[in-house]
Amino acid sequence: MQNDQLALAQTRGSVDPRVKRPLPAWVSTTALLLPTYGWLTIAIFLPLLTMLAFSFMSATPMGKTPVEFTLKQYRAFIDQPYLLRIGFNSLMMGFWTTLFCAILGFLAAVALVRATVGKTRETLLVLILLPFWTNGLVRVFSWTMVLRENGFLDNILHMVVPDAGSISILYTRYAVVLGLVHGYLPYMILTCYIALVTIDDAIIEAAASLGARWWTILYKILIPMAAPGLISGAVLIFIPVIGSFMEPRILGGRVGVTMGTVIEDQFTQAFNWPLGASLSFTLLAVVLAIFATFSGVLRGRTAG
Amino acid sequence: MRQLGRFYLIAILLFLYTPIAVMMAMGFNESPLYELPFTFSTRWYEALLSNQPLLKAGANSIIIALITAVIATTLGTMASVALSRRTFRGKSLLQLLLLPPIAIPWLITGTAMLIFFYWSGIGRGMHALLIGHVALAIPYVVLVVGTGFKTVRADLEEAAMSLGSTPVHAFFSVTLPLLYPSILGAALFAFAVSLDQFVISYFLATPGYTTLPVQIYSAIRKGFTPEINAISTLLLLGSMAVILIFARFAKPGDTRDKR
Repeated sequence: MQNDQLALAQTRGSVDPRVKRPLPAWVSTTALLLPTYGWLTIAIFLPLLTMLAFSFMSATPMGKTPVEFTLKQYRAFIDQPYLLRIGFNSLMMGFWTTLFCAILGFLAAVALVRATVGKTRETLLVLILLPFWTNGLVRVFSWTMVLRENGFLDNILHMVVPDAGSISILYTRYAVVLGLVHGYLPYMILTCYIALVTIDDAIIEAAASLGARWWTILYKILIPMAAPGLISGAVLIFIPVIGSFMEPRILGGRVGVTMGTVIEDQFTQAFNWPLGASLSFTLLAVVLAIFATFSGVLRGRTAG
Repeated sequence: MRQLGRFYLIAILLFLYTPIAVMMAMGFNESPLYELPFTFSTRWYEALLSNQPLLKAGANSIIIALITAVIATTLGTMASVALSRRTFRGKSLLQLLLLPPIAIPWLITGTAMLIFFYWSGIGRGMHALLIGHVALAIPYVVLVVGTGFKTVRADLEEAAMSLGSTPVHAFFSVTLPLLYPSILGAALFAFAVSLDQFVISYFLATPGYTTLPVQIYSAIRKGFTPEINAISTLLLLGSMAVILIFARFAKPGDTRDKR
């Protein structure tokens, strides 16, 4: 009975004159893909190419000054040595942020996997990841409330020690790193958690019952298992951190001068777009080099 | 050991939430200079009601986020159909090309957009912000909907077609209803991405057309009152609500077969 209907439907399908001959598959595939990639071309790829072109110009092509082809924008690091120091500071800011995130995040992932189960674990994961998807600017702003002179931290301190001075660290590099760690820690917890959640409890119990101490378990089992998570977390944190500009601006004040803020200045204050473009491309080169180095690990993550 | 682990996780949560809680509390404190002791007051929320620039920026943010969600979800779902269900040459290259909007620091993408939009005559303002926000949201939509596709069996659509349904009809009547939680989740995600976007908006906004984060940033740099805490609190609660609804719909870790 069913088969009859199926056969009927099939014949109807092929005979029915209203049914047009199907278009070749590549036509519909192209039609499905074109809007997305057309949009990305206008919004991402053409802008990056234009910026590359601008980085070889001698001046912003807006006024009357003639614009020539030049490589001088890329010599900025030699011509203006202070840029080297700023670049180094940015890398250090990325290094410390990534390191603190790695230590705190790895331990949090271990605690999640080993000390929680079921609903509690799910709730904790949601709570940890929730701030990550809220406005980063607002979270940085809230640190100024905590760190400022006579702010939350000072008040807590004065409750304990009434006549102590201020321990405000606002407008220091510590504040910048603290704000960045706060912003990116959930990333590291997530990548480490994904790597560790596959560990079979039996392995750790077996190790423990065979007399392994906790540090042996840590170095021989947990860290090697978490390594892909640690690496991809580190890459995904280091890259946005070295390009950050609002965190150093708001929490660092005068000492918060980084590659990010220098680039921002070229576009919003100094109006030197070619220099901004060449600095942006130098930063992009660093980013791409990092991705190329770790692409194997990152691909393993997305495939698994 | 187990106790220590739980204690540590609570400490991490305190670290993550204390500044946010302090910031929110200060929006309800009477003193314009954030002075303590704490005196409860709603004056800053009342002041918001008459702060036209902030309200306008807030309305702009919501409108942009809504339009971004609609466009990005439509385009991203179409692309996801092709990337999940079709085989063709260059597919892995196309998948790789979805990464730049997510992976390149927004400072670089944002300044590049500023240069190109200026140079090509597209200019800045609402349309420029939309072009940028949609581009940032599309990769997430493709990802979320693509994950959804893994839970919908391809042979259901084939079965419908073998029963005489056209491919288009089979997609709309069989696959789409099964896919709809993922699509709705993707739309919420796109909405949240746009609502929270600051860097790109910062470079593409004009003095006459800004979004809430851009307005908050300029307030932070030029001097501010607890009004900023009040609006920040609303923005934060808004995006948290959107993400919690998203988590409810999309269940990112859920790959059970839906039949």
